[in-house]
Amino acid sequence: MSKIAISLTVNGALEQVLVEPREQLADLLRGGLLLTGTHVGCEHGVCGACTVEIDGVPVRSCITHAGSCDGAAVRTIEGFGDDAVMAALREAFAREHALQCGYCTPGMLVAARDVVLRLPDADEARVREEMAGNLCRCTGYRGIVRAVLSVLAAARDVVLRLPDADEARVREEMAGNLCRCTGYRGIVRAVLSVLAARQRATASE
Amino acid sequence: MKPAPFAYARPKDWPDALRLLAAGARPGAGTQSLGPLLNLRLAQPDTIADLRHLPDYAGVALAGDAIRIGAGTTHAAIEDGAVPGRVGEIMAAVARRIAYRPVRNRGTIGGSLAHADPAADWVAVLPALGATAIALGPRGERRIPATAFVTGIFETALAADELLRAVELPVLPAGARWGHWKFCRKVGEFSKATACVLALPGQAPRAVLAALDAPPLVIEDARALMADPVAEAVRLLDGFPDLTAWRRAIVATALRHSVAQASAA
Repeated sequence: MSKIAISLTVNGALEQVLVEPREQLADLLRGGLLLTGTHVGCEHGVCGACTVEIDGVPVRSCITHAGSCDGAAVRTIEGFGDDAVMAALREAFAREHALQCGYCTPGMLVAARDVVLRLPDADEARVREEMAGNLCRCTGYRGIVRAVLSVLAAARDVVLRLPDADEARVREEMAGNLCRCTGYRGIVRAVLSVLAARQRATASE
Repeated sequence: MKPAPFAYARPKDWPDALRLLAAGARPGAGTQSLGPLLNLRLAQPDTIADLRHLPDYAGVALAGDAIRIGAGTTHAAIEDGAVPGRVGEIMAAVARRIAYRPVRNRGTIGGSLAHADPAADWVAVLPALGATAIALGPRGERRIPATAFVTGIFETALAADELLRAVELPVLPAGARWGHWKFCRKVGEFSKATACVLALPGQAPRAVLAALDAPPLVIEDARALMADPVAEAVRLLDGFPDLTAWRRAIVATALRHSVAQASAA
């Protein structure tokens, strides 16, 4: 079968590649572009290890053909280095023992970030429901759910009470919570990005 | 596993899509059902025609007393409220429980209906809501009631030269009562029994029983079911002699819960 030419951005960089029609996005990312942070587990959309962001929303890269991503903007776990919510989630996953072998973790993080930004009011039952599409075979889910809930809770108090808070106000409000690891820049950025997402959602209603 | 080789075509417009179909291509939308079948090599088409980029494939439009939903509209869009009114409210709640959000971001209502997996959600829900499937073929559009659309396991009323273009939903009154219950062994898994009931003021309620390894069973006049779901479940199950005992118990439970929801004020 002849290959097809596609162009897409991956983690902000323009990629022009030739792909086989049957090639899944996960295989292009891992094999062609050497972005091996995206993991391939069940290869039929059940386990969630391959979850990446396409055009701003999480998608299964094992059942999405690379050919159908012509013109798309793809972000893999490698592309979240500067993302404040992801930084907060990474810390929370480490703190809550939400990973062991790490195979499920990239997909877990991409799915969890979507939950934090899309559902700021989610409770434990909702987090469990939303994270049900990502399987973990090491730690079970208690640590993972606690990690997601802790990021939601940190953001929520300020976000719900002060939807228009600016950075100075967020710093003031968060002053009652001490962190001895990262300092506060990442934490403040995380809260601000949740606020911004909520303001965008309110504006579009 | 990896799919068997196939060719990929991206039709530039709808006539082009129909030409590809006539030449034997398999239509593809979000590929959230087709993708796994390809990876497992249960499906081995020669060509896939990718419909995702076609004009108006996704989107919701209000036309008189009907709501037309482009077949390429994702479950996530419906979950997030793309469909207006009472019927949109019902559909949003259904969409939220289809597979997982990353699947809903890609998977489409039309792809799911045309795929016709007996356990799929829209296969059960659209007939109950009184939807109409809009097929597009060489002679233009054809309307097929959703109650007659799925004819077997992975089989539909679409002719070989037709595509599913849209689904049309009636605008429902605010007082429309709805019940929907399905049993999944885990959130997002395929249903093992689905029941839904729609009760409109002044009309006989309609019910659908689905996900029983068969096309959906449509009960156009569900008054007896509403009156005594336990007794009706026993009668309806006579039509499914091959179901195991635990499955029969779940069917009875699904009918009871969906009737209770639709009966609540």
